[in-house]
Amino acid sequence: MNLIWLIPCLPLFGFLVLLVAGRKLGDPGAGWWGTGVVAASFLVVVKVFFDLLALPEEERSLTQTLFTWIPSGSFEVSIGFLADPLSILMCLFITGIGALIHLYSIGYMKGDEKFSKFFLYLNLFLASMLLLVLGDNLLLTFLGWEGVGTCSYLLISFWHTDPANASAGKKAFVTNRIGDFGFMLGTFLVWITVGSINYADIGPAAPMIAGGTATAIALLFFLGAVGKSAQLPLSVWLPDAMAGPTPVSALIHAATMVTAGVYLITRLNPIMAQAGWANDVIAWTGAITALVAASIAIAQTDIKKVLAYSTVSQLGYMFLAVGTQTYVAGIFHMVTHAFFKALLFLGAGSVIMAMSHEQDMRKFGNLRKYLPVTFATFMIGWLAISGIPPLAGFWSKDEVLAGAFNAGPAGPVLWFIGLLVALMTAFYMTRVVIMTFYGSEKWRLTDDPHEAAESADLESEEVESEELVTASVAAAAHGDGHDDHHGLSPDHTPQESHWTMTAPLVILAGLSILGGAINLPFGSDFKRLEHWLEPTLAYEHELPPVPVLVLLACAAIAVASLGIFLAYLVYSKQKIAVEKIERPVLAHAWYIDETYAKVAGGPGEAGFQGLADFDGTVVDGAVNGVGAGVLGIGNKLRPIQSGFVRSYALGISIGGALLLAFIVTRMNL
Amino acid sequence: MLALNETWYLVLAAMIFTIGSVGLLTRKNPLVMFMCVELMLNAVNLTFVTFSKALDDIAGQAIVFFVMVVAAAEVVVGLGIIVAIMRRRQGANADDISLMRG
Amino acid sequence: MRVEMFTFLLTAAICLAGSAGVVLLRNPVHNALSLVATLFGVAVLFIQQGAYFLAAIQVIVYAGAIVILFLFVIMLLGVDKAEGIDRDPILGQRTAAIAAGVAILGLSLTALLSVGSRVTGQASTLAAIDGSEPNINALAKVLFTDYVFAFEITSVLLTVAVVGAVVLSRKAGSAIDVAEFPEGTTADLLQAKHDAAAVEQEVLEEVATEDETPEGEAETTEEALR
Repeated sequence: MNLIWLIPCLPLFGFLVLLVAGRKLGDPGAGWWGTGVVAASFLVVVKVFFDLLALPEEERSLTQTLFTWIPSGSFEVSIGFLADPLSILMCLFITGIGALIHLYSIGYMKGDEKFSKFFLYLNLFLASMLLLVLGDNLLLTFLGWEGVGTCSYLLISFWHTDPANASAGKKAFVTNRIGDFGFMLGTFLVWITVGSINYADIGPAAPMIAGGTATAIALLFFLGAVGKSAQLPLSVWLPDAMAGPTPVSALIHAATMVTAGVYLITRLNPIMAQAGWANDVIAWTGAITALVAASIAIAQTDIKKVLAYSTVSQLGYMFLAVGTQTYVAGIFHMVTHAFFKALLFLGAGSVIMAMSHEQDMRKFGNLRKYLPVTFATFMIGWLAISGIPPLAGFWSKDEVLAGAFNAGPAGPVLWFIGLLVALMTAFYMTRVVIMTFYGSEKWRLTDDPHEAAESADLESEEVESEELVTASVAAAAHGDGHDDHHGLSPDHTPQESHWTMTAPLVILAGLSILGGAINLPFGSDFKRLEHWLEPTLAYEHELPPVPVLVLLACAAIAVASLGIFLAYLVYSKQKIAVEKIERPVLAHAWYIDETYAKVAGGPGEAGFQGLADFDGTVVDGAVNGVGAGVLGIGNKLRPIQSGFVRSYALGISIGGALLLAFIVTRMNL
Repeated sequence: MLALNETWYLVLAAMIFTIGSVGLLTRKNPLVMFMCVELMLNAVNLTFVTFSKALDDIAGQAIVFFVMVVAAAEVVVGLGIIVAIMRRRQGANADDISLMRG
Repeated sequence: MRVEMFTFLLTAAICLAGSAGVVLLRNPVHNALSLVATLFGVAVLFIQQGAYFLAAIQVIVYAGAIVILFLFVIMLLGVDKAEGIDRDPILGQRTAAIAAGVAILGLSLTALLSVGSRVTGQASTLAAIDGSEPNINALAKVLFTDYVFAFEITSVLLTVAVVGAVVLSRKAGSAIDVAEFPEGTTADLLQAKHDAAAVEQEVLEEVATEDETPEGEAETTEEALR
């Protein structure tokens, strides 16, 4: 029994039902329905997983072709699914974490007027994501790729009445277009070179591809991956994407969609094996992105922005891994990252909920007293991402770093950058934890004059409505779209979230602790993930020998501890001035956004204006000239159309006679 | 005496076709023009059947069947148009209806 | 052989005479009757070549239905008077028409007669006519296998033609008027009509009681009310 088709079709079915009856199901019915279909899909994935496990290692690849989608000469695309170790691994954590986040969203989105629409988008997203992963050819993957992009756009601007959210969605969409362009060109090039876009054909054909062509294909697909996975220079959209609801940030912009680029590169590893220096480009892009993003995360005050830059930085790690052709490490880190980053985002969401949608960490503090479950799980996420053994993050990060160390002459440099990133990661995550869960309850301080006025107004009941107006005006005047002042009053008492929100936190915390167990470096028997992925990987770079591995691991642990200690000194003991660390250049994200805006607004705009002028005069001139010419000729020919039907018939007759004459002359009489 | 073969039929069909086409071009009464079109269609049907027999292929007769269906549909719509026009202009002929000129 | 030749020549003469009648006779009714003669002739030629089913259809559909339809329209419109065919209003139309006709006939005859008496095409291998099988069976077999899609399309075509004819022959200048088909049951409609009539009656009585009202003005009011 082949059930692969059910995996993406279940969420799609959920989407269709919500489309028709979403409003009827309402709150929380629509949420439970959405969660249910994803959970069912997860069960199907588990079933397929065990089916695969039952097969001998070399045959672990099930394909299911539903029908031919585009039959066009020798170019034929079918709707077919490929379930092999790589795609099923992806499906496992996509549907698993997806179901948890759906469950979480029931609590998080409670009372939202677009409750059912949220789940409708989430289900559509999961259907597209599963299509992306399971598609057995590049075009089907592209369909999913665009689908997740669309859902990402819809969900980022979910609360689109705020212009900032709407423009954040637009930014994500436009930035992704640049990457998609690379994806499409890559697909065309594969079609020209291999003559097929099915993965089953690309794999065997890859060794025959010439080095230069393979490099070009690799770079084009990497451009697509850069857009989707928010690497430099296209990383600007992901931090803004935090405008969406927090479960969306956790699911789409941390755990699943943004890792699609890593998946794509891993899926095309037979081509990458031929691609030569394109791999170095990938590795260096990953390393530099990781470094830059981690440095920016240090100076952010919005809790979700810290996590967003952290995600960009961790994605950099994954690209570092696939660039050094240690795909197992990349996928391993992708899985563990999905666990702990989803956990951190959901924990942050729980905090944000408890603080009346306030996201500024400067207003948090001492929340461990009020949110025990969130606190405990967040601590686990913190330790996992910081790289403290034996939590999941340590093992995967260590493998990425070890792979980088062994990658040719530049390896140690890449390794050192990775180590620096690990230091920063431990530092900024400790900063988040201290600012949020320890220290004094800073939202009770009323040093801000605006808030003081607000609290004074709150006491007098009769001016309440007037106060609301002034507050909203003031908030608008602040101009900071992400800092919604949802009335966090000094006498606010945070409350722990509903069980639908804490249950996913607990499960994800468990996974963050144990996730490393899927690939432990203690010997061949423990490397389960590596064995599992082996059939899908054409080439895997060796890790360094064991003594070196141990040394590298010790260095990583030392650096992580150092990062935590430094952050403790700065934010808890206040031995070092905060201003020395949080430089403005970091807070402004190295002015990358500003530079893009300047370029696009200055020389870019002039260039586009030039193009527009060219279009207005030359292109339109040609078009209008053709039009005028046709009009003139038409006026000359008008009398021929006399309106007498018999004249027309005569024309036909004469034409027929002439045709007949032509035939007769060709008859070899 | 000459033997009867396909050419006889084809020549006859060509004659009927020519008469029909000349009639179509010269007559002004739209009804008669329609009849001339029917003549031409019949001539063509005759060639189809002739070739069907000569080439031993039943498909030729199938096509005649379709031609007849199309002719029936055409007559229904065509006569409908003529009736509609005649209602507005009594005794109009084909040349009177020349509004759609350039 | 002699009989066949004789039949052919006789039918060919009828056909040609009939078609000449269609073109040359002035009265549309005579034209239609001439057309029937040609159609019958062609039906005979069909039989002579083994197309029995088509011959039957020719008589039933063409002669039976189409020509009757022609005659019906002729009678309906009252155009059964002779048409002047002395001169053509379009300059040179008749000359050109005859020239084109001569060209077509001449060229086809050249083509037909110059290659001798044989048809040069390839004999069919796919849908060969099996002598033992009745003509209707053979035709039905291809119609419902190879040409079944085309066959179904013809049914759509006929439906469209019927709908088109109905639309065309509605009363001139009247699109479907919504007021003609108001919503509600027949009982409701009758009630509404009754009510409207009662109101009108009342108004008329009111107008009638106002003696000073001039006749013309009362009428205008009535018109306006309607």
